[in-house]
Amino acid sequence: MVIEIIDILPKVSATNVEYTYSNSTLALKDVNLSIMKGELVAIMGKNGAGKTTLIRTFNGLIKPSKGNVLIDGKNTSSQTIAELSKKVGIIFQNPMHQLFSNTIEEEIKFSLKNLDLSEEEIQTRTDNILKNFNLEKYRKRSPLSLSGGETKKLAIATIFCRNPDILVFDEPTLGQDAREIVFFTNLIKEEMDKGKTIVIVTHNIEFAMQHVPRTILMADGGIIADGPTRSVLNKEFLADKTSLILPQITQFNRALQEIGIQCPPNINSRNEMIMFLKKHLKSMGIKTKEEA
Amino acid sequence: MDLIKFNNFSYRYKGNEEYALNDINLAIKENKFILLAGETGSGKTSLLRCLNGLIPQFYAGYYKGSVKIAGHDTVETSISNLSTIVGIVFQNPENQLIAMTVENEIAFGMENLGISRNEMIKRMDESVRLTEIGHLLRKAPFELSGGEQQRVAIASILVLQPQILILDEPTALLDPRMARKILTLLKKIQSDSKITIIISEHRMDLVLPLVDEIIMMKEGRIVGHDIKDNIINGDDFKNLNINHPLIYSIFNALKEEKLLSNKIPDSIPEAIEYLNKIK
Repeated sequence: MVIEIIDILPKVSATNVEYTYSNSTLALKDVNLSIMKGELVAIMGKNGAGKTTLIRTFNGLIKPSKGNVLIDGKNTSSQTIAELSKKVGIIFQNPMHQLFSNTIEEEIKFSLKNLDLSEEEIQTRTDNILKNFNLEKYRKRSPLSLSGGETKKLAIATIFCRNPDILVFDEPTLGQDAREIVFFTNLIKEEMDKGKTIVIVTHNIEFAMQHVPRTILMADGGIIADGPTRSVLNKEFLADKTSLILPQITQFNRALQEIGIQCPPNINSRNEMIMFLKKHLKSMGIKTKEEA
Repeated sequence: MDLIKFNNFSYRYKGNEEYALNDINLAIKENKFILLAGETGSGKTSLLRCLNGLIPQFYAGYYKGSVKIAGHDTVETSISNLSTIVGIVFQNPENQLIAMTVENEIAFGMENLGISRNEMIKRMDESVRLTEIGHLLRKAPFELSGGEQQRVAIASILVLQPQILILDEPTALLDPRMARKILTLLKKIQSDSKITIIISEHRMDLVLPLVDEIIMMKEGRIVGHDIKDNIINGDDFKNLNINHPLIYSIFNALKEEKLLSNKIPDSIPEAIEYLNKIK
């Protein structure tokens, strides 16, 4: 049997990575991590912790001052940004920073241009992505005329159409309403099913708790925790160091315990909490509408 | 007299066929902390732009009806005059910070209004104290963190002593702890200075416990405006496409099962108080 070596190598790995900005700010120090194919990972930490700097090393926008970043086992320092951007697609926080064409259709086509595709293939991919993202009706409109949520969608579409193996999102749920967050969550699920590797930089604790299995916590340019999301985010001392707030569900659970309501500590979602409280209230003699 | 009064106001941006605001009627009093809630594209930002005359004076378009701020018609009063009544803080503070030091930044608006030196010093001290930025006065705004910049932006508006402070997603770019700090600070400013604050905010868990009233928007229309308890216990709030707070979702589900006879709590402490009482 032939083992595909590429699958047992990490998709992304960083060893002893350090990065100093030209104003001598040390933005990354001794960062070590490895992310395997098909993983979904959140990177969290306060503003200025080094999260955005770290993901910029993944597609070579930033080359480490010390240490190495490897994508599919290959050092980023020996590859151009153009080469790396075929493997790693980064969707930045402010979508306006990555949109500049006159129409939405041109924006997608521009993104496909340097992939050596035929005109026909470019048109087909453009049509498909506009359809999948519900942006067809805006095809001829300027990106500037879209609402905040739709602009974010377009920015994601311009990266998705290139079909990179590794997708990196910087604050994807920021300023998004409930429907947009559901759209994004479904998108992530579909990409995971295709075997993509996904990294999400986020402050959204509830989102990470619900959807992301592994979380890397950063503070002052270094990694201070890396493990299962629920155990990483439920640790108070880590929340203190990273300016995060304990998830609402954890805060509520602890408050219940303090007044003597024995809520199981592994309750981590709204539905589990609703089920628990229903049982608790019924045990207090309160009847549901069916019983009443 | 109402501090803010919309009378059958409709507006569409030039080039758009759909109305961004549709037949808005709204009356807002003094000394209130108000949440503007609705999905993106529901008209929140357009509504806020009406309050200092940016709509219809700056954004080209078509309007019907009227908007009055402290009795001034927003079509007949200049934006600069309206800005002494209404202060606006945007999502990204970088867009509104221009001076070389924080101190100059805060003085800039007052200098333009020709306020005397003594009065300037007095107001500066007051708003610097409220926003806790005394240690930043000599720094350049671009050196500051997002949370510090947002506090400077708020201070530079507060010194103009507006009767109305508008904030359009002020914590969107901040980490959760800084977001909580800014929102708590806003509540304190509101109750200390008795001004009216209108805020649009996606972090519902953090903002809901602080507000007095909620305005709900959908498709350019106001679909509800009332005190908080009435809104969150009504059906329209549930159907709104927003990030409902955890406590709200849990207790609304219990209420639907008739397991909650009380009103829906707006925060963890309120929820705990209720559960402790029936124990």
